[in-house]
Amino acid sequence: MPDPLQTLEPVTGVGLPALKNEMMLPAVLDPWAGHALYEAANLAKKVPGSKVYLVSLGQKAKLQQVMMTIAQKVSFELVAIDGPASGFTDAHEVAPALAAAIMAIPGIDKSRLLLFGGWESASRGAGATMQILGEILGITDQFEGVDEITVQDDGSFQVLERVEGGKHQVSTCAGTPAVLGWATGNLGEPRNDPQVGMANMRTVMPALQRAKPAKVAAEGVLYGRVELPKQQRNTRIVKDMPADQIAREIIEWISQK
Amino acid sequence: MATPSVEKPTYETIRTLPGDDVRQILWRYSDRYDLQMLVQSVRSVARGLVAHLVAEGARNTHEWTDRKNELLKAYDESGVSASFLEPEEGGFIAGPKNMVLALVAYELAWVDGGAATGALAGCLALSPIHERGTVEQKKHYMSLCAPPQPGEDRKPWRGSFCLTEPIPYVGVDTGMLNGKLRVAEWKDGEEPMLQVDKRGRFITNMGFANFVTAAVQSVDERIKGSCIVILEENDPGIFDRGTPTKKMVHQLSSTNDPIFSLKVPASRIVGGYTVKDGVIVPNFDHSEVIEAVFKRTRVTVALMTSAKLLSAIEPIIRYQRGRFRGAEQATPGTIRYDLGLQQREDALHRLVDIWAMGEASAALGFAAARCFDVLDPLEKEKNTILEEKGIRGGKSEMKFFKGVQKDAIDFLNLCAKPEEARANSTRFVELHENKLVQYAILDAVAGVLCPASKLWNTGKGNVLMREAVSLMGGYGITEDCPGFLGQKWMDSQLEATYEGPEAVQRRNLTVTMQNELFLKQFGNWIVEMRHIAAQKPGTGACALGTAMQLWLWTYKHLQHAKDPQGNKLYQSARQGVTFPMADALCWLLASRQQILDLIELEHRGPENPVVAEGLAGTVQFLTDLCHVQTARSVGEVGRICAELVHGFRRHPAWDEAGYKGCYAQDEMDLMEAFVPGLPACATDVVGLDGCHPDKAGPCANCEGLEPFQRLRARMDNCLTGAMLAKDRAAEALTKVMIPEALDYPQ
Ligand SMILES: Cc1cc2nc3c(=O)[nH]c(=O)nc-3n(C[C@H](O)[C@H](O)[C@H](O)COP(=O)(O)OP(=O)(O)OC[C@H]3O[C@@H](n4cnc5c(N)ncnc54)[C@H](O)[C@@H]3O)c2cc1C
Repeated sequence: MPDPLQTLEPVTGVGLPALKNEMMLPAVLDPWAGHALYEAANLAKKVPGSKVYLVSLGQKAKLQQVMMTIAQKVSFELVAIDGPASGFTDAHEVAPALAAAIMAIPGIDKSRLLLFGGWESASRGAGATMQILGEILGITDQFEGVDEITVQDDGSFQVLERVEGGKHQVSTCAGTPAVLGWATGNLGEPRNDPQVGMANMRTVMPALQRAKPAKVAAEGVLYGRVELPKQQRNTRIVKDMPADQIAREIIEWISQK
Repeated sequence: MATPSVEKPTYETIRTLPGDDVRQILWRYSDRYDLQMLVQSVRSVARGLVAHLVAEGARNTHEWTDRKNELLKAYDESGVSASFLEPEEGGFIAGPKNMVLALVAYELAWVDGGAATGALAGCLALSPIHERGTVEQKKHYMSLCAPPQPGEDRKPWRGSFCLTEPIPYVGVDTGMLNGKLRVAEWKDGEEPMLQVDKRGRFITNMGFANFVTAAVQSVDERIKGSCIVILEENDPGIFDRGTPTKKMVHQLSSTNDPIFSLKVPASRIVGGYTVKDGVIVPNFDHSEVIEAVFKRTRVTVALMTSAKLLSAIEPIIRYQRGRFRGAEQATPGTIRYDLGLQQREDALHRLVDIWAMGEASAALGFAAARCFDVLDPLEKEKNTILEEKGIRGGKSEMKFFKGVQKDAIDFLNLCAKPEEARANSTRFVELHENKLVQYAILDAVAGVLCPASKLWNTGKGNVLMREAVSLMGGYGITEDCPGFLGQKWMDSQLEATYEGPEAVQRRNLTVTMQNELFLKQFGNWIVEMRHIAAQKPGTGACALGTAMQLWLWTYKHLQHAKDPQGNKLYQSARQGVTFPMADALCWLLASRQQILDLIELEHRGPENPVVAEGLAGTVQFLTDLCHVQTARSVGEVGRICAELVHGFRRHPAWDEAGYKGCYAQDEMDLMEAFVPGLPACATDVVGLDGCHPDKAGPCANCEGLEPFQRLRARMDNCLTGAMLAKDRAAEALTKVMIPEALDYPQ
């Protein structure tokens, strides 16, 4: 997705809305997807014989630059799909594209799959893609807002999902396959290690060359209006106002909205 | 008063700040994934930890604090420390390292020059060993410095390079060594033990270095000449790190004045030694080693200042645009709100100047780095060939290369011919494949590009950094100016000083630019610029070609021109002549490279969909920047050359000799009968009573300088359109999209 630090200005024309100069803006891996990736790599390190595939739908040309950073962080094999990543695509189209790419991975065993992804994305917080993807693949054990996974010796695992009130719901799942839509997890962003990067690049470049365009034009979806949130500045400087009165004013202001 | 409306854009203009994809093409590493990854990795350290340190005021102490020490770990983890090493030594990039280090320096200096210096000083310490060390020395010290691999429990070694000594000894002049070397003990059949006494001044990394490569001079008849020795912190004797230097700049690097008095085995002489008639003869004297080292490491310093200039663009645009937002009079939708200071032409034009110079300086620096990357393997091949021929040492090598030089000139002459003319030339193919010829040709260019980039990028860059600071108003000289512009301004002064200040670079250039092989190539480049101008007008290449001609004419003229006392003008003692010529050359080289990079972008851009998207606009804008910069270069070259060509001639006075060149009034009256209006042209007319026009003396006679005058007039004419380019570039600055916020500290 385009780097959120950039000026992201929607433009509408024919077809899907897009971001102004989207192709030219630097791109990053969606932060939620990032947490999922790092958790997956961390888990894979602990479970011998497991392997991480990063299935990514984005503009192929932008993916390459993103990989220059991401490929240095953890070991994975990239499966690239070419398509827009502006946030105006629709989960109902993205999920089938991802499902098809996953099923096309040579030798993939669906029954042993742990499908990690962000529980939402920073460009489009619909929170639907992972769930639809799971349904398409027939994986119905799904967890959303995940912050932790602990795998037991018998192959079952415990999952912590975010629930209301800053609490976690603890579930135990008998085994794979499962879908985990990650919240932030517990890991920091791994540091860049060019040595890891050099190893990953061996598969990243061919994957990018192989990337097929996906049809994710959100056909039939109508965008009524897209706009940037308006910046507002209503500053009033007051001295020595008691806390109660401040609170009262805030409540008043909220209830006006 | 608002900006007068300039030509309304019917052309494409740059849409976003040039991203990595554009830079990779401009600086020719779009197919080097290793370098691209290194850039991202270094960037995260620079814009992360380094930027945090600057923001939290870590620069406000001279001490090497624990917090600063965290940088070392970050360099190790991000691959910076290992970037200098070969894979078998614990590195991850094989082959020449000039572009590698150039990019590391650029990325770190984008945030903080001191961080860049500190990170690279370790490589500087290893460089003598890398360039001239024995196989064992290389293997030993490179591996010690390699960061630990996963699972390895080892602290990597850090090094310092110690040449500079307390005044009155070694500074710029590397000859006056005070560091002493003598034999401490030499038992029969055993390795001699040496006593080293050396004091250093301003030695980088000294706060924590585990080893030092130090320049010393023999004061013992059993050791010949000078050399570089490797000192270790645990060697017997004194290894005193000394006091930290009270620097006002680069405080994220450690600098101390150390004192060493140590006993070391003779095997620590860099490059080894032989024993001849009971005398230890080092294989390389200290200046041989230093020359090989500085030749390369100065390029990285040059790029530190380039990074500063280019990093200043975004914060300045943001400041300019947002300057009045929030004021009651500046409501959204008004020009004041939208454009802020960018409604003023001067603010835009000055920023265009900074950007143009930044592009030119980065272009020059990276070109130098790439040149050394090609040169390094050629140099190795040359060494092997010479060794096979049994040629060793300065003089015999120079003699041998006289022959090579002839072939090289032949080759360059063939290069200057149209392609069809040399298509069937076996001589051309033969010379093209001759490694020694190719080495000589490239070495001549490298010898110029290195001091030129160090001199020009840092010295002139520093002046433009001042402009950058001033564009931020009062904010510019505060510690929390976005982009740390004030710190960068000061830092660039050090970059102009260490590893040899400007005078050293100028001196170096005045020697290397005299190389016939360089001058020959320079001549070919004039043709190249004209050709580019014909293919793609608008870059200023044609004007640059004329300026290059003017420089070459002046250079040749100065070779035999004399001052009124009959003294030769062009000679090494006359720095007032040779140094300005070196300065002028730098402007030309930088502009040329900027134009070449642009052509590369235009050519290769369409291959990358990301770049292709806005390519027309990006190219238009960068073309305009080339034109702006060329105009500046042309101006500088014109000024310098004119001063030198005219300035050493004595101005005629109203005296007997002076009167000889004037018309007398009665002659004039007579001639007007034949040539009506003549008195209006001939200014120097003196009356019979000796009265003369009210000025310093008769106008100087320019005999012999007509070609110069024609070139100069033509060159001024070539400036046509340059200010239109500047107006277009300025307009583009008001439209280019910038990110919402600066991405450091992050
Ligand atoms: C922060 C910092 C870090 C450093 N790190 C190191 C390091 O790690 N290792 C190391 O060995 N050194 C290091 N140095 C030393 C540095 O390389 C020298 O300071 C530099 O080369 C200048 O020498 P000097 O200070 O003696 O200046 P001087 O030689 O006294 O120069 C003063 C002025 O005279 C001019 N000048 C000198 N000679 C000539 C000439 N022949 N013709 C015309 N003009 C001339 C110079 O251009 C300059 O303008 C460092 C310096 C600093 C400030």
